[in-house]
This record gives sequence, C-alpha cells and structure tokens, in this order.
Amino acid sequence: MKPKLILEKKAFELTIIRLCYQLIEIHNDFSNSVIIGLQPRGVFLAKRLNVELERILNKKHLEVGALDVTFHRDDFRKKELIPNATQIDFIIEDKNVILVDDVLFTGRTIRAGLDAMLAFGRPNDVELLVLIDRRLSRNLPIQAKYIGKTIDSVASENVKVDWKETEGHDRVWIYSS
Amino acid sequence: MTKLSTKHLLGIKDLGKEDIQLIFSTADNFKEVINRPIKKVPSLRDTTIANLFFENSTRTKISFELAEKRLSADVVNFSASGSSLKKGETLIDTVNNILAMKIDMVVMRHPSPGAALFLSRHINSKIINAGDGAHEHPTQALLDAFSIREKLGEVKGKKVVIVGDIMHSRVALSNIFCLQKLGAEVMVCGPTTLIPKYISSLGVKVEHNLRRALEWCDVANMLRIQLERQDINYFPSLREYTMLYGVSKKMLDSLKKEIIIMHPGPINRGVEITSDVADSKESIILNQVENGVAIRMAVLFLLAGRTDQ
Repeated sequence: MKPKLILEKKAFELTIIRLCYQLIEIHNDFSNSVIIGLQPRGVFLAKRLNVELERILNKKHLEVGALDVTFHRDDFRKKELIPNATQIDFIIEDKNVILVDDVLFTGRTIRAGLDAMLAFGRPNDVELLVLIDRRLSRNLPIQAKYIGKTIDSVASENVKVDWKETEGHDRVWIYSS
Repeated sequence: MTKLSTKHLLGIKDLGKEDIQLIFSTADNFKEVINRPIKKVPSLRDTTIANLFFENSTRTKISFELAEKRLSADVVNFSASGSSLKKGETLIDTVNNILAMKIDMVVMRHPSPGAALFLSRHINSKIINAGDGAHEHPTQALLDAFSIREKLGEVKGKKVVIVGDIMHSRVALSNIFCLQKLGAEVMVCGPTTLIPKYISSLGVKVEHNLRRALEWCDVANMLRIQLERQDINYFPSLREYTMLYGVSKKMLDSLKKEIIIMHPGPINRGVEITSDVADSKESIILNQVENGVAIRMAVLFLLAGRTDQ
C-alpha cells in the first residue's frame, strides 16, 4: 500500500512550537530542567525543540543531551542493534529531565532510556515528550506527558518521521507492510 | 554492518576489515561508558563467562574481568596453578567440566598455539582467545590499532614499526594482521636471531637498525623481551640488546619528527625502553590500557549479542 502522510511540513512546524509552549508552561525558563533526546532519532527532535525554545525564551545554552540506550535494551539478542554516541555533559542529579523520542510505540526504548539515564544521577522528576504516540501498541505501562500527535495504528504498520537534517523534509509517514 | 562475521574471536586472521571497524565503533561507545560516573551497563546480565588462564597474566586478565563486570556478566576465574591440570586432567576435560556448569563464553590464555581453535571445535560456547603461545593475541592487536586511530585519527597509511622479539611474540603477529587489514604499513625491527625467516612473506619490511626504523615510522610498538619463551640465547646479553634496540629519550629527541611510543606491557624499564621514554608525552602506554577495557567490552558485547546461536 502507498505510504500515507500524517503530518506535513506546516503542521509539523506548528506541532513543534506547540510542544515548546507546553514545556515552557511547566518548566518556565528551564533553569532547573534538561532535555535528553534518545538516540538515534529522538536527538533530532531534542535539537529542534532546543532551537525553538532558545528563540522563544531568548535564552542561550539550554542543557540538551543525547542518550544511547542500546546497552540497556532487553531485546539486544533479538535484533541487530548499532550503538550511537551518548553525550550528556551535565549532571542530572535533582534536575527535571524531559526525555524526548520521535515515536512512542511499545515503550521498550523508553524503559531502557529510564534505566540508562540513571547512570548520570538521580533526577528530581522525569517527563516524556514524543512527536508521535502510537497509543494502541504499548507493551509496558508507559505514557507520554507531551504528545505531538496521537495515532491509532496496528503493529504491522510502520511510522517514520522524516527530518530536514537527514531526509530533506520535515514530515511523518505511515507505511503498511 | 551490524554483526561480526565470526562466532568466536580466535585470531585477527579470521576477521575482515569491516569486523575490525565494527569493533572500533562499538568500543568508541564503551569508552564513553567507562568514563561515566556509573561505569556499568546491564547488557550481559544473563551471561556467564569463564576466564581460563593457563599462563600468567596481569593486565589482560584484569582488563577482561573489568570489561565483563562493566557489562554486568557473571564471571568465574580459573588459573592453571592450583587446578586439577596439575593432577593430570586434559584441557578438554577441564573445559568440559567447567562448561557443564552452564557457561556461555570462555576467555582463554594458553601456552600452546592453536589452543583456542582446538577448544572452539570441541565445545559449544563462544571462545575469545586471550593469547595462545606465540600465535595470536587478537584483543591486544585491536586495542593497539584502536589507540593509534585515537591518537592519529586513522590507521590507514600510517607507518608502524614493531621492535624486539618478533619470533616469540603473539602480539607482533596479531598486530601485523590487524594493521595490514586497516591499511597501515608495517616494519619489524630487531636482531636477526629474533626475526623469523618467513616474516617477509607476510608483506612486512624488515630492518635491523633501530635508528633507521624510527626515522621511517609514525608509531613504534616496543615489545618485551620474552626471556621465559627463549629456550636458547638469541643475543649475547641484555645489556647488548639494550644498547642496540633500546629506545632512549635522547634518541627520540634526536629524530626529525615526533613519533608515538607503544608497549603492550609489562615493561622492562631500562631494557626495551628507558624510564623517561615510558613516562614521556610520546608514550601512549596507559591509553592502551584504558582502551583495552573498551575494546574487550566491544568484543564481548558483539559476540554475546550474535543472534544465531
């Protein structure tokens, strides 16, 4: 079947901006908050949020990190996984952490992310932000606090987020196999 | 490429260039892990690993054990002294007994060349060769090349000289294979008696003059004189060896360029290199040790993670 576009450029942009304002509502000027993007593709979203937040808040140097969860996954023998770089140049002890990923599917990546994050300290509070929430496919009791768009999809379908940085366009597709 | 082409790590000879690069890129990530405040990840928490050391080792054994523990594996240690080997048990029986205790991976050092290969043919768990006689020591070669890559950006096109007892050195053989696969030029340097005749068939240059070798190279890997492996005298005296093949700070300073000094350890200070060379800024000996843990974590992780059993 032909892939279906579920978020095109304009809506994509508006969604990012909306998420930023939702974050500001809770975290004010981010003085005690940090953003951690999950590798590989949550990092694109974290960086994009960072750019928008810095523009809206007119403030430089928010703390944004990238976290790789490969070594903490429970399925590392079931599929071939390639680790990516972890770059967290700050301590998350007593900070409010916003974990960021592009698509929330089974919840297993987030579970591994929560585990992996603890190597960098004990955060005060952890929230989850995702661009796309596939709400019918969860295997674990994990929910996002900030959601770009919720979709109903079955497990055989695939959701793919394209980024300007890698694919040349900002948009979200759904494929069925 | 996301997985190794081999089930065991018996020698560098069996690895492809892509395998080595996969190990390096995985080790990059583990290097970040071992520099965190909490240096442990849970990847191998369901894996039991036996370290079988039939020959003495300090660095390699600690390095493997640390790598295993940082991956959360369960570890059992075994060394030949004080074991039933002394009572006449064969290698295969000892190992089979250990495996009957449900062990997933074996890291083995053994004085006989080919011991790891022999084991891999007879038992059903994954084998990592931690040195088999004068044959191979693959993780040492990987960490050496990884350290060169870290220091110089890449291995390809670099000139590396291996100095010393080439004949008795598993480090030399594994290094030659590894460096050549990555596109480096390799030279060996030492007294004629310690350089095997077949060595030029491996495509390496041979040089007997240390100064000329150092002028040529970007990296000098200084091997230890393995007196314990030398059944006859290959050179008149250690003092003479040091005069001809020992690197001193004075010699390094008199070169036209800066080169990197490596040593697989343990160092005989004042024999193959002087103390001030070992502690100089040209020396990356301790970086090699740090990288050793990252490389071994990568090898363990990649072998344990292979999906085909």
